[in-house]
Amino acid sequence: MLTKEEVKNIAVLARIGLGENEIEEYQKRLSAILDYFQKLKKLDTGGVEPIGHITGRKNFLRADKVCESGDLERADILKNAPEISDGFVKVKSVL
Amino acid sequence: MIRDLHQKLISGEITSVQLAEKYFGEIDKKNPEIGAFLALTKKEALEQAEFVDQKIKKNGKIDLLAGIPGAIKDNICLNGARTTAGSKILDNYIAPYDATVSKKLKEIGAVILGKTNMDEFAMGSSTENSAYQKTKNPRDPERVPGGSSGGSAAAVAGEMAVWALGSDTGGSIRQPASFCGVIGLKPTYGRVSRYGLVAMASSLDQIGPFARTVEDAAIVFSRIAGEDAFDATSAENYGKKFEDYLNGNIDGAKIGIPREYLENLEEEIARKISQAVEKFKKLGAQIREISLPLSEYALPVYYIIMTSEVSSNMARFDGVKYGMRISDESDSDSDANGLPRGLFETYLDTRKYGLGEEVKRRIMLGTYALSAGYYDAYYKKAQKARSLIKKDFEKAFREVDFIFSPTSPEAAFRFGEKTSDPLKMYLSDIYTVTANLIGAPAISFPVGTIEKEGKSLPIGGQLTGKWFDEENLLNAAHAYENN
Repeated sequence: MLTKEEVKNIAVLARIGLGENEIEEYQKRLSAILDYFQKLKKLDTGGVEPIGHITGRKNFLRADKVCESGDLERADILKNAPEISDGFVKVKSVL
Repeated sequence: MIRDLHQKLISGEITSVQLAEKYFGEIDKKNPEIGAFLALTKKEALEQAEFVDQKIKKNGKIDLLAGIPGAIKDNICLNGARTTAGSKILDNYIAPYDATVSKKLKEIGAVILGKTNMDEFAMGSSTENSAYQKTKNPRDPERVPGGSSGGSAAAVAGEMAVWALGSDTGGSIRQPASFCGVIGLKPTYGRVSRYGLVAMASSLDQIGPFARTVEDAAIVFSRIAGEDAFDATSAENYGKKFEDYLNGNIDGAKIGIPREYLENLEEEIARKISQAVEKFKKLGAQIREISLPLSEYALPVYYIIMTSEVSSNMARFDGVKYGMRISDESDSDSDANGLPRGLFETYLDTRKYGLGEEVKRRIMLGTYALSAGYYDAYYKKAQKARSLIKKDFEKAFREVDFIFSPTSPEAAFRFGEKTSDPLKMYLSDIYTVTANLIGAPAISFPVGTIEKEGKSLPIGGQLTGKWFDEENLLNAAHAYENN
């Protein structure tokens, strides 16, 4: 079973805030599912290549050209941002 | 159905506006009970219908799907409409563009009535994970419609829409189609552009149609398929009209029945499946027992890959660019790893309050599976196993044209029956996840009903076809349906 510390660490990596009272529940539920994943250990995958694109499609290239965003209206995009300033998305201080 | 309605539109027996109004009437009557729709786009729908009517008046030439009312799942962007994907974190999100499928449907004149309910970010098998409302199964309102595209399935089954779009990552079109007694198609991976679909697990997601007949599903499918510069994984369709290939002849077709799929199957469902097999035989198909020895690994492989891709795709919901932003004023005791405390706490709070339990659980599972020291044991191992599972199917498809199985090991279950045990919910995806893992197309269609507590509950049969062979896959389901 995952320890409390492990659950807290996963939550931080995933950027999900957890209440102290939720940790035990996640310990139980995540562990039950991870135990189920263990089933895969039985399968021998020695020498097998991991799958790339499932239908085998090769590189899909296009010219490196600037195009207008068409229907993407700047104002409509900004309307969805939690905070804007001077026509830009305002972010919290990152430094 | 669509062909008949099309004839009526062309002959002037009914107008597209009348048809749309009729369906809005049905929605007004039934939706308060069933809860299939999250939002209606009435103004745009009636404008589109009016446009089609004008076109008919002028020269009479319209597309088969023009003027026919349908619905789209709420994780598919529709320009100017609220697109929540069933989540509170996107409560105020107004899509600033059309998904490629929405654009294509609008261009040919299809009428979009509204957006349908779903499990939050398509994560669930019952639509109970929607942050907004329950959707009830029109066949028995005490039961779930399946999920995650439960709203789309219920809208079609409840005759509130002629067709609907859903998305299928591990069965999210086929399982609700089975629970509600309608047709649901998951196309080959890449057949339909995913541009504008809120991503869940990018190597598994695929958009597809719901309808009441196989022909209707083929009509909608033909109009959304094709290569798209905005989705590098999409594939050319050469303008094929799949509805033109439904001749109903499957004489000599080879259908494989995997012996591993019939173990531990509920007796009544097993009986429906053998009756369906008998019917295929009568239609001239050759039935072969086949073996897919790696079947037992499909679910763990699916859940590892899916949760890993979920954890990565969901990172965009951070309270910065769009969607909800929350700061609860109290700081956690977690180490911010060099990030400014304010920014770090906003991430934690936004995702804590904005996302539901199942979504958080899957993000955390995927984060764990991708984290340093575990990547090889989980994600990489699963991608290797996926290669082997695909080989299993390639081998099977050298012997047979289609693989037949139940869509789900059960009929629609009651509300709350599985919400307390996520693993139990996951296990009901046993027959559907492989088509996504291998990228092949699969269709669910009704094969009868079983009696439970005085109600007749639909059971779905699933045919899986070869890659990019929707043409024969649809024809086989069509042959079954019409005999």
